[in-house]
Amino acid sequence: MKVLVAVKRVVDYNIRPRIKADGSDVDIAGVKMSINPFDEIAIEEALRLKERGVVTEIVAVTIGTAACQDVLRHALAMGADRVILLESDLELQPLGVAKLLKAIVDKEQPGLIILGKQAIDDDAGQTGQMLAALMHAGQGAFASSITVADGEAVVVREVDGGTETVALKLPAVITADLRLNEPRFVKLPNLMMAKKKPIETIAASDLGVNAEPRLKLLKAAEPAERKAGIKVANVAELVSKLREAGAI
Amino acid sequence: MTVLILAEHDGKQIKKATRQAVTAAAAWNAPIHLVVLGHELQAVTAEAAAIAGVSEVICVDAPALAHALAEDVAALLLDLAPKYQVILAPYSAAAKNALPRVAALLDVAMISDVISISAPATYIRPTYAGSVLTTVESSDAVQVLTVRASSFDAAANGPAANIVDHAALAALSSQNQARFVSATHTISDRPELASARVVVTGGRPLETRFDAILNPLAAKLGAAIGATRAAVDAGFAPNDLQVGQTGTVVAPELYIAAGVSGAAQHLAGMKDSKVIVAINLDPDAAIFQVADFGLVADLFEAVPELTAALVAE
Ligand SMILES: Cc1cc2nc3c(=O)[nH]c(=O)nc-3n(C[C@H](O)[C@H](O)[C@H](O)COP(=O)(O)OP(=O)(O)OC[C@H]3O[C@@H](n4cnc5c(N)ncnc54)[C@H](O)[C@@H]3O)c2cc1C
Repeated sequence: MKVLVAVKRVVDYNIRPRIKADGSDVDIAGVKMSINPFDEIAIEEALRLKERGVVTEIVAVTIGTAACQDVLRHALAMGADRVILLESDLELQPLGVAKLLKAIVDKEQPGLIILGKQAIDDDAGQTGQMLAALMHAGQGAFASSITVADGEAVVVREVDGGTETVALKLPAVITADLRLNEPRFVKLPNLMMAKKKPIETIAASDLGVNAEPRLKLLKAAEPAERKAGIKVANVAELVSKLREAGAI
Repeated sequence: MTVLILAEHDGKQIKKATRQAVTAAAAWNAPIHLVVLGHELQAVTAEAAAIAGVSEVICVDAPALAHALAEDVAALLLDLAPKYQVILAPYSAAAKNALPRVAALLDVAMISDVISISAPATYIRPTYAGSVLTTVESSDAVQVLTVRASSFDAAANGPAANIVDHAALAALSSQNQARFVSATHTISDRPELASARVVVTGGRPLETRFDAILNPLAAKLGAAIGATRAAVDAGFAPNDLQVGQTGTVVAPELYIAAGVSGAAQHLAGMKDSKVIVAINLDPDAAIFQVADFGLVADLFEAVPELTAALVAE
């Protein structure tokens, strides 16, 4: 079975984003970029399914400019068999991404599609579910465990107050939560080898999909800082301050 | 124009988040309808109908909806959609699962985790783990969004709304796509994390003493317990206690963080709390930058001492 994994290039999670002087957007010029952490978990899960003999081929795909090649190299270094760059300089939003991924799904016909549950830049958490909708397929969002058997994927999902298990007919779409696995460390020789592997590039505009953004970004701003508090000397002082504040 | 809210409930009661979503929906100055999906919904429907500002409650009651799958919820919302210009829900696991599906099938964008509605199609939402607030405008004919419940006040009770029964779609769409297998729910007599008045959160250093140290304090305060991702990853706390960017967002009256470093991903989930207390050994820990009251101390001594001090009151 073939697995398609969708990955996104985002501002590294350790970086505190800066906002452009005119407040029009986040300034990512010269900022360290990385693979979205949840997408790395998605790749890791595909690798484990392959190691268990369930999966035969792992195809990683990303959408964006040529700069996004680095996350595909990362996917290759982790062990993806093949990678695709859907080249586009549109501002990509979840619905547009889902439509473009649907076009790739139609072309590649994977048995399973795994994505991260959310991208840590826009924090939207929509793409996987939207893709499943467009495919009229079942979805297993926020997965913490995946088993594939008898043409079904059995997914344990993290929900408010516990977990839920669903069985999905393949092809299905699964989004990876944090507890799904711990991604392997990419070794330097693998990264060097990945540099030599081919990246299939497709112009997104050739897919006949309208991926124009629907939401207009009017403004980006920093949230109001909390007023600095005080340090208390001991528990007794803490209790009296809390009482004064009416918190207890 | 009419607004449809997907009600959040636990089968017995309407969740507070639903009332908060009703307040958010008032921004449209339009009639508000609630849809309640599930099985054996009499009590929930009656409670929903009593919420001030709601003019109609649509009840979709079927055994197959006792554990509603996203595929079915989306199909049912899509069935109702032609009458509505706005479809919204609190930012919960269930809505995060189903609403993007609805939006895609309606071919409209979705706006997640809205904290403020500045004009009928202009929204403010956090991005980058809450480090950036973005204002976005949607030009779609139907607005599909989730709202961060804690950013809105809970609507009180008012005149009773109309209750309308809506039959579940004859053949639920999930049947050839997905199947419910099982669910496990953490049974707890503590208040629900997302809406608790007080939250006591522990970080990685608590290790195997997580419960032993935090439970007595939480019991004394009638608090919910939260955890950092590091504490969850290490197996000291169950995953549904995770507070943060990728866990639950809370904004209680009082938030007590013990042994929590204050990484941006954690702060994203709690920095709108009214009063924040931090107990940390490291005087430079980032958590102190958002804490109203910081105590530089070993939590293994300070938390039991705080618990005892409260008992003595
Ligand atoms: C994609 C992504 C998403 C994430 N999402 C979340 C999220 O939703 N929620 C979340 O919490 N994290 C999240 N994280 C993780 C986050 O970045 C931090 O790693 C995590 O919050 C740290 O947890 P901690 O404070 O318990 O642990 P640590 O970083 O280990 O900090 C422990 C703190 O306890 C103090 N301490 C140690 N011993 C004692 C003692 N005896 N008494 C008092 N203080 C003591 C230390 O000084 C330190 O400040 C995410 C990370 C990524 C990459």
